[in-house]
Amino acid sequence: MTESVVGSGGELVLFWIIGPLMVVAALALLFARKPVHAAVGLIFVMIGMAFLYTALEAPFLGVAQVVVYTGAIMILFVFVLMLVGVDAADSVAETIKGQRWIAVALGAGLVAVLAGVVLTANLPPAAGLEEANTMTNPVGVAYEIFGSTVFALELVGVLLITAALGAITLTHKERLSAIRDQKATVRLRQRAYARGEGSQVLTPAPAPGVYALHNAADVPALDPEGNPIDISVPRVLRIRGQELAPADVDGHVAQIASGTFVQPVAPPVTDVRESHENEGGER
Amino acid sequence: MIDLAWLVVAIPLASSALLLLLGRRSDAWGHLFATAAAVAAFVVGLLVVGEVLGQSPEERINDVHLFSWIPAGELSIDAGLRVDPLSLTFVMLITFVGSLIHVYSIGYMTHDPARRRFFAYLNLFVAAMLVLVLADSYALLFVGWEGVGLASYLLIGFWNYNTEYAVAAKKAFVMNRVGDMGLIVAMGLMFASLGTVSFSGVDAAANGLSTPMATAIGLLLLLGACGKSAQFPLQAWLGDAMAGPTPVSALIHAATMVTAGVYLIVRADSIFSAAPTAQLVTACVGAFTLLLGAAIACGKDDIKKSLAGSTMSQIGYMVLAAGLGPIGYAYAIFHLVTHGFFKAGLFLGAGSVMHANGDSTDMRTYGGLRKVMLVTWATFAVCWLAIIGVPPFAGFYSKDKIIETAFVGEGWQPWVFGGAALVGAAVTAFYMSRMFFMTFHGKARWVDEASKLGADDPRPRRHPHESPLVMTLPVVVLAIGAVSLGFLLSLGDGITGWLEPVTGHAEHHEPVLPVPVIITATLVLVAAGVALAWRQYGMNSVPLTAPTGSALTRAARRDFFADDVNEALAMRPGQHLTRTLVYADTAVLDGAVTGAAAGTVASGRVLRKLQNGYVRSYAAMILAGVVIAGAVLHLVRL
Amino acid sequence: MSLMHYLVLSGILFTIGAVTVLVRRNAILAFMGVELMLNSCNLALVAFSRVHGTLTGQVMAFYVMVVAAAEVVVGLAIIVSIYRARRTVSVDEPSLLRN
Repeated sequence: MTESVVGSGGELVLFWIIGPLMVVAALALLFARKPVHAAVGLIFVMIGMAFLYTALEAPFLGVAQVVVYTGAIMILFVFVLMLVGVDAADSVAETIKGQRWIAVALGAGLVAVLAGVVLTANLPPAAGLEEANTMTNPVGVAYEIFGSTVFALELVGVLLITAALGAITLTHKERLSAIRDQKATVRLRQRAYARGEGSQVLTPAPAPGVYALHNAADVPALDPEGNPIDISVPRVLRIRGQELAPADVDGHVAQIASGTFVQPVAPPVTDVRESHENEGGER
Repeated sequence: MIDLAWLVVAIPLASSALLLLLGRRSDAWGHLFATAAAVAAFVVGLLVVGEVLGQSPEERINDVHLFSWIPAGELSIDAGLRVDPLSLTFVMLITFVGSLIHVYSIGYMTHDPARRRFFAYLNLFVAAMLVLVLADSYALLFVGWEGVGLASYLLIGFWNYNTEYAVAAKKAFVMNRVGDMGLIVAMGLMFASLGTVSFSGVDAAANGLSTPMATAIGLLLLLGACGKSAQFPLQAWLGDAMAGPTPVSALIHAATMVTAGVYLIVRADSIFSAAPTAQLVTACVGAFTLLLGAAIACGKDDIKKSLAGSTMSQIGYMVLAAGLGPIGYAYAIFHLVTHGFFKAGLFLGAGSVMHANGDSTDMRTYGGLRKVMLVTWATFAVCWLAIIGVPPFAGFYSKDKIIETAFVGEGWQPWVFGGAALVGAAVTAFYMSRMFFMTFHGKARWVDEASKLGADDPRPRRHPHESPLVMTLPVVVLAIGAVSLGFLLSLGDGITGWLEPVTGHAEHHEPVLPVPVIITATLVLVAAGVALAWRQYGMNSVPLTAPTGSALTRAARRDFFADDVNEALAMRPGQHLTRTLVYADTAVLDGAVTGAAAGTVASGRVLRKLQNGYVRSYAAMILAGVVIAGAVLHLVRL
Repeated sequence: MSLMHYLVLSGILFTIGAVTVLVRRNAILAFMGVELMLNSCNLALVAFSRVHGTLTGQVMAFYVMVVAAAEVVVGLAIIVSIYRARRTVSVDEPSLLRN
């Protein structure tokens, strides 16, 4: 191990602060249950990376790292996460037999090999970049990019355009059939019901309870007997386990659920005909 | 005319093809057509002989180029004919005896529904045999060699609805293959060492052969000759080959095809002259087979099988003579020609007897046939006297020369070979006389169909009768040959001088015993053999069923266990080998193939679990690869 | 102050990112793991740039950033379209690779 002449004590301190934090944040990828948490961990790692680039006399790359990775790529990830939503696939239960142990063993093996290589490598003393960065680092890098590797730059440009076109093509959806109106939708639903497929409820799903005291999309509706109807709560909330039981809700919802609710005197019906029509429609 | 010698081959070949292709449409006239083809071949042959006789002796070897046959780089073989005294002798023998047997078959096969096919095969045989003897290279000779093998197979198994006959045909074919392998390998060695397989090329270059190579080629040629000529150790098929119709036995398995081995040895003179060991082995094989065949002939009660043993024995004489080198070649061929006549006569006579006795071949059910078959008796008697070598019949001239020649030499060889030849002559006299007396003399061991004897009489009921003229005439012609041919061919220097351009001039050597002594000894032994046979089979009655006999007799009846030896040495190990190979094939080779497939499937089944479709598992594998690769790189650098 | 510190930090972050990819089933989280791995590489590149005294490493890190931006755009678009088709963002669910 050869000590580099380059680098200051400050850099060492920076490294020892940021490095472990980056490792911990990266571990979120492995252990976070929710993809968004993992994404946040990764964003932290990337910003830390930008710090390290700067410390390594590569301020241009540090900026590019923030702009490209944190600003574009990770935002894209989060967007897609939002688009796709959460799913059972997020569960950490392993489906392939032994995969987790294989992964651990291979990870350990990889660490061993990389450590072996790094520890036995005969590293030369660092030359430092003062000379290369005399015209400031971005200018030096620009000379390099637009000088000796300009053809590669052209190719990368083509690649980016192709990738953009590819993404558009992949996500673009041709409309192959006429737009289904409400009537057609209901008819399809009834046919599916007749075949024994699809939902076993013909009516629209009941709305979740919307009561005062609470933005209560997470509180299930109650049936006439006061029992909660699960399907009234949006699927995502149910998957995430954010559904509330009626008993958890303050006020008369809990009273209804527990059967202690006393019906207040109903206000007089102002429009009898309308309510009759409603009853007829129900039938 | 010599340029037209190919007609000799082409005529019977075309006739055979025509008869086989026309099928039943030629049933009515097929036999006559085939006979005419054989006669035509004989006439053409005769014209060629006439022309060759007009040449001076040195010019008599004519090579007729036909076409370029196998022009394959270094191996370039031309198809051509070698028209010389040796091949012409064979041409005459084959076409003349062949024509007579064609004529005989017209009568013999009258009642056979497949007579036309039989004649087509006979023509095919004649054509193939002519190719064999007229070929100008070992390769073309091999074509004829295989052709006669094929014809022999087809004709032995002519009545192949009888399983035994079909098996006999297969046996002959398979055992011949053993000999053929020798011939093929010999050709390969010739090409490897001399670069040619033509007779002229080999003869010209053979002097340069190293002795081991010449010996190897010679022994392999001998193996081929043994297979074709039923010489020890490949002799076992000839007895069973008697399953074929009798004319076939007469033509193929007595007069011509089985002598092809002798022809081959004489033809390969240049090779054998360069390999004294091979010559010695040849002589030994001949001497041994002549005794073996004679012993087998003594033990058999089946007239045709007895004659087959006799054939084996007589060819043993020829091989012995051929093994003695140039001094014996001419006598081997001489005996071959006379043997062709009298043995064919004997077979045709036997065929007549069988024809008269309801196709029975058991000599113990014959007896006293002289009175009812006078012509057959007379011709058979002539041929009998010829084969046992009574002067002035043909066999005396030819066989006596061989016996004399066998006594020429130094050391132990003349005594062994000469002694074997002498003993063979005595045994020949015994078994041929036995056959003759059992068949034509003594009391009849059959009952005439018209007799009023009771049904409890064990003797078979027969109605023997003389054969029609179409069958007796050829036999008479052959008998005339058996009487006169020996004398005629030895007039002056006769056949020896005729063959000299091929066999080379042989210096006269004095035998170890004086010639008159040998002749006297031979005649005395022959007389003794005849007398013994007369005492046992002529004067005394012959039992209807064979007595148990001595161990030697029993062994001879079973061909000296040749079949058992062949089975134990070749067939069973062969079967075990094939079984083992089949097992090895299924267990090891197929097992490896199916095992590889099963292993792939099994490993796939295991590895498939890795392909579980979970991206994260694949990612884990990628990471594992990275870790391992990194670790390896790192460790290697250390 | 040593280069070693940065390299070790970079390795730790890289490993955390890799294990995240292996462990988290949410495609977006796995994707974040990939981003973390890229960032840790960038840190190493910038540190090496300083050791060598040239700006090449920084330029390389810059390109990585740009390419990562393109990659994120396409990757998130894919995730969104998968979500539309299958109502899930689990990387285990689209095991269509299996068949």
